Amino acid sequence: MGQIELKQVSKSFGTVEVIRPLDLSIEEGEFVVFVGPSGCGKSTLLRLIAGLEDVTSGAVLIDGEDATGTAPAKRGLAMVFQSYALYPHMSVRKNIAFPLRMAKLDKNEQDRRVEEAARVLNLGDYLDRRPGQLSGGQRQRVAIGRAIVREPAAFLFDEPLSNLDAALRVGMRLEISELHKRLRTTMIYVTHDQVEAMTMADKIVVLQAGVIEQVGSPLELYQRPRNLFVAGFIGSPRMNLIEGPEAAKYDAHTIGIRPEHIEISESQGSWKGTVGLSEHLGADTFFHVQCAVSPTPITVRAPGEMILKYGAEVHLTPRTQYLHRFDSEGLRKNEPS
Amino acid sequence: MATKASRSAARLMISPAVILLLGWMLIPLGMTLYFSFLRYNLIIPGNHPFVGWENYHWFVTDPSFNAAMINTLLLVGGVLLITVLGGIGFALLLDQPMWGQGVIRIMVIAPFFVMPTVSALVWKNMFMNPVNGFFGHIAHGLGLPPIDFFSQIPLLSIVLIVSWQWLPFATLILFTALQSLDQEQLEAAEMDGARFGSRFAFIVLPHLARAITVVILIQTIFLLSIFAEILVTTNGGPGTATTNLTYLIYVSSLLQYDVGMGSAGGVIAIILANIVAIFLMRMIGKNLDA
Ligand SMILES: Nc1ncnc2c1ncn2[C@@H]1O[C@H](COP(=O)(O)OP(=O)(O)OP(=O)(O)O)[C@@H](O)[C@H]1O
Ligand SMILES: [Mg+2]
Repeated sequence: MGQIELKQVSKSFGTVEVIRPLDLSIEEGEFVVFVGPSGCGKSTLLRLIAGLEDVTSGAVLIDGEDATGTAPAKRGLAMVFQSYALYPHMSVRKNIAFPLRMAKLDKNEQDRRVEEAARVLNLGDYLDRRPGQLSGGQRQRVAIGRAIVREPAAFLFDEPLSNLDAALRVGMRLEISELHKRLRTTMIYVTHDQVEAMTMADKIVVLQAGVIEQVGSPLELYQRPRNLFVAGFIGSPRMNLIEGPEAAKYDAHTIGIRPEHIEISESQGSWKGTVGLSEHLGADTFFHVQCAVSPTPITVRAPGEMILKYGAEVHLTPRTQYLHRFDSEGLRKNEPS
Repeated sequence: MATKASRSAARLMISPAVILLLGWMLIPLGMTLYFSFLRYNLIIPGNHPFVGWENYHWFVTDPSFNAAMINTLLLVGGVLLITVLGGIGFALLLDQPMWGQGVIRIMVIAPFFVMPTVSALVWKNMFMNPVNGFFGHIAHGLGLPPIDFFSQIPLLSIVLIVSWQWLPFATLILFTALQSLDQEQLEAAEMDGARFGSRFAFIVLPHLARAITVVILIQTIFLLSIFAEILVTTNGGPGTATTNLTYLIYVSSLLQYDVGMGSAGGVIAIILANIVAIFLMRMIGKNLDA
């Protein structure tokens, strides 16, 4: 249970094509993350899978069966919304039990499953409160609880952590990953936070303007971005992209090098430049170095203890084995082997 | 507005308005109370002796008082029932995406802008008249005997007219409340397997509870004093079939020129209205907080 396949699925609102026809297959038990910039169609794609929107063309297959016309409730999927969408006038207990009540489950069985979900999510003390009396993180857990009790074939999360503060977000991120390890249920997770994507996903789907740019494991995306968009989108700080004569040396239209793959030295190196802003994060320091090879400053990651003055002269050396090369279309050129 | 000085300044500044409002309310109230204890009939000249509770006694033991109480209750209850149910229905309809939404919404609100006397007269002469009225024509066309609304079902006719006037108000308030319902909640319920009926019962209706309370409270206050519609259609008749408390007070003080009796009726009406208000607040007012 929990294998989902999209076949040439597209979606238009009026004349605007928000999702271009795309294929995607999600294996049973996988944790798949959709990432992309705001407005690229992540939520829409998730809602198409949930059945909250009708596809304009194509088919949605769940466990090999065509579910394109199936009502949302019948698809066996559970969704956690960005705003949590808890029912404000019901207690936490009633909220969690709601899907079971709708399924006309036996009252004892309902209680048993609610207690079980509350135990897993540490909600035991809050069962008789209303959602309005809970903190953001607790509400989030209630929303997840309401999804768990149904024992769905797959969970759909739409930016579930974006309303939480940074510390809580890290905690909840771990909890959701933990939940996935325990339940082994397929999860589809939408976010525009690439740290969430990198840390949680088995498989990342990068979307841009309704098109899938690349599908792959976090490391695959990091190590071998298929095009310039993915190269720029995955990784923080962004990959440095350099065009022009320097790129031509490597027989490419654009070359990309990540900040962590550049050596910085005060004495010698291939690219001469001056230090601009530096960002000290403690463990790491990021220098923005203005070089002749690129009109925009090149970001370099250096150890935290390294200190360079504003305007200091430095030399950068890219580690060529980590160089990414792209052609004039922005597509990755394979390494000359 | 937190310091002591600014608070007392604020009190000083608003005191003229408060005193004016108090006077506005207390002077008529005091005079009504005062008159209600006098024997004061405009067609009996002479002095107005103090008679204690006599006016109250006669007002309450008058057989038309009972009828008026029952009619008032039926009128208020009937109109509330129709407008709340109808209002929910209309609000749900207006919430659906449809062509010409703006115009339709304005048209639904329109009856509220028609003066009560005018709308009652329009209903009386153009719809409910057994000979010339629209319903009469329909009945005639179907070969049925026309209904003479104001003699066969007088109270129900007035309930219908008043409901027509107040339906827009209820619709407007409920529709606004409905629009503030988070769509994601409905979608979540849909994914949780709730069908339309369950979604309405478990999500929409609880969300509307507060608005329904507001509609009931406000309408009750206004409906207790329905007058114009009765005056221009049935004059409280036939007999006392459509006499409500307000109309009974009108009859005593202005048709029978008995100022004392009318005032006593007025005081009773004030007390009843307050009892109803407190009762309603207690019963459903808890929906208003939180
Ligand atoms: N109901 C709708 N009607 C018309 N256009 C819509 C509708 N819903 C979404 N869109 C459009 O579809 C595009 C994709 O929207 P979507 O909500 O899927 O973006 P997203 O990737 O989830 O963005 P975000 O990260 O901001 O949530 C947007 O350009 C949006 O304006
Ligand atoms: Mg979104």
